[in-house]
Amino acid sequence: MNRERTPDKAAAFKRVLLRAGFWVLVIALTFYAIFPFYYALISSFKPSSALFEVSALPTALDFSNYRTLFAQPTFSRSIFNSALVAVLVVLLALLLGLAAAYALGRVRFRGRGMVMVVVLGVSMFPQIAVLSGLFEVIRWLGIYNTPWSLVLSYSIFTLPFTVWVMTTFIRQLPNELEEAAIMDGATPWVTLTRVFLPLMVPAMVTTGLLAFIAAWNEFLFALTFVLTNEQRTVPVAIAMISGNSQFELPWGVLMAASVVVTVPLVVLVMIFQRRIVSGLTAGAVKG
Amino acid sequence: MGKASLLTSERRNRSARGTQVRRERVRSAWLFLSPLLVGLLVVAGWPLLRTLWFSFTDANLTQLDQAQWIGVENYLYYQDGAFYGVLADPDWWNSVYNTLFFTVITVSLEVVVGVIVALILNANFKGRVWVRAAILIPWAIPTVVSAQMWLWMFNDQFGIINYLLMGVGIISEPLAWTASSSLSMWAVIIVDVWKATPFVALLVLAAMQMLPSDCYEAAKVDGIHPMRVFFRVTLPLITPALLVAIIFRVLDALRVFDLVYVLTSNSSSTMTMSVYARQQLVEFQDVGYGSAASTILFVVISLIAVVYLYLGRRQLGISS
Repeated sequence: MNRERTPDKAAAFKRVLLRAGFWVLVIALTFYAIFPFYYALISSFKPSSALFEVSALPTALDFSNYRTLFAQPTFSRSIFNSALVAVLVVLLALLLGLAAAYALGRVRFRGRGMVMVVVLGVSMFPQIAVLSGLFEVIRWLGIYNTPWSLVLSYSIFTLPFTVWVMTTFIRQLPNELEEAAIMDGATPWVTLTRVFLPLMVPAMVTTGLLAFIAAWNEFLFALTFVLTNEQRTVPVAIAMISGNSQFELPWGVLMAASVVVTVPLVVLVMIFQRRIVSGLTAGAVKG
Repeated sequence: MGKASLLTSERRNRSARGTQVRRERVRSAWLFLSPLLVGLLVVAGWPLLRTLWFSFTDANLTQLDQAQWIGVENYLYYQDGAFYGVLADPDWWNSVYNTLFFTVITVSLEVVVGVIVALILNANFKGRVWVRAAILIPWAIPTVVSAQMWLWMFNDQFGIINYLLMGVGIISEPLAWTASSSLSMWAVIIVDVWKATPFVALLVLAAMQMLPSDCYEAAKVDGIHPMRVFFRVTLPLITPALLVAIIFRVLDALRVFDLVYVLTSNSSSTMTMSVYARQQLVEFQDVGYGSAASTILFVVISLIAVVYLYLGRRQLGISS
């Protein structure tokens, strides 16, 4: 009897152990992923006196860092700049991306493969390689130190990506719809705006979100093409927050700023995680 | 009714109209593509050519239009028994070494951790959606912000990392994570792995979810050890997705700028090729010299991309 039950028990014990080990992994993973944000959050609610007593648990709920942050007019201004640039970049990328995706995904023509290679190639450009040339173009257009310089320059990474993902999406749509439209004598423009546009809304939401996040986060161009505090975007503003010396950095205010910038993104991720994941993987896995 | 008659007449001379429709479609395809092509020309093609041209001149940031052609002097030239130019600058080679070191270590770590994370997320458990949302957070946080968050955690006096490590007794004195020349590169690597692993994990996860379930059932019935199943079945099947993830990460790592710049500024122990080029271009205002460095970086990245795509395609061709 005993002999028969021991292997059973051992197996059951092993299963429980495996299960426990798995959950330890899951918890460790979640902890690893969110701890820096969590720690910034609790630090941002500490008054500056409490900031230098290290603790992993929230010890205070003090809004003074946020008040200091928004008392600086340039910070709210840079949030506005970031939002403005990101929205314009998204609209531009979606408009050009949709038209190009229709051409690349639905029409067969000579040179299509070449265009796709160019688009993919541009997405691999190191930003630094176009920095001096782009600087000259921006100065020549007279948009140095304006949001327009960023709307223009961010297209270098939003356009290839948007075109690539939207082309894979539009290719998957059934042929019958388009054939019916052609039979009815619809022009390509009407086919695109009346037939495909409504069907592409989910894909546009996905790529738009990814383009928004990319534009909201960009740093190198924003650092180079914008000079004054009033025109800065949030990442540059946050990188520039500094005290009188390295040891006097206003960490509380810095963490408050980090939280303010990150919260919209965390909310977007929570709401649209399925879309974001499908957009991130669509271009890569199927392409 | 008008539509029906139109349809019959259309069928009658279908081939003639078909060609015309096709020609019209091709024309409008180019029309639809033109804004994109113009856009890419303005933001990518033309600036790249100008950077290339600047790299052969003595261009200065304040007087770009007065650039004079000086040949390859920015790259390399010999004068009075010594070599000058980017290729003779030990700082440049130091930044090349840093970039390659950073790329190899981060991409390796991200692939290993990413596959483990994907395996966890591929298991069926309660709350999986929430864990997936949680790992998206590092990916979504702006690089500059994650750099500042980690700087605060890495702070030598008041940072929680030193506090915890000292509490556990691993270290006896606080470490200067971002200031010390031996540790700062590892600090950069730690943050990059934290931030970029989700991307690898999600790509791998998407590939795993498309795998056929029957071979797993067969393996289970035959009682094959899960580790063996992973190395013999899962890994070969997810290799294409893994290769895509690796090329994306390698290209990103080779051009890394913002993370290094915010975490350690222009420190020489972490300076990457992009940081070096930008310092020359913007801070020293030497557009010619900085453009030469940028051009070399561009050539290196293109070569790696081309070789990788070629090898990847050949390998995939053989396996399938």
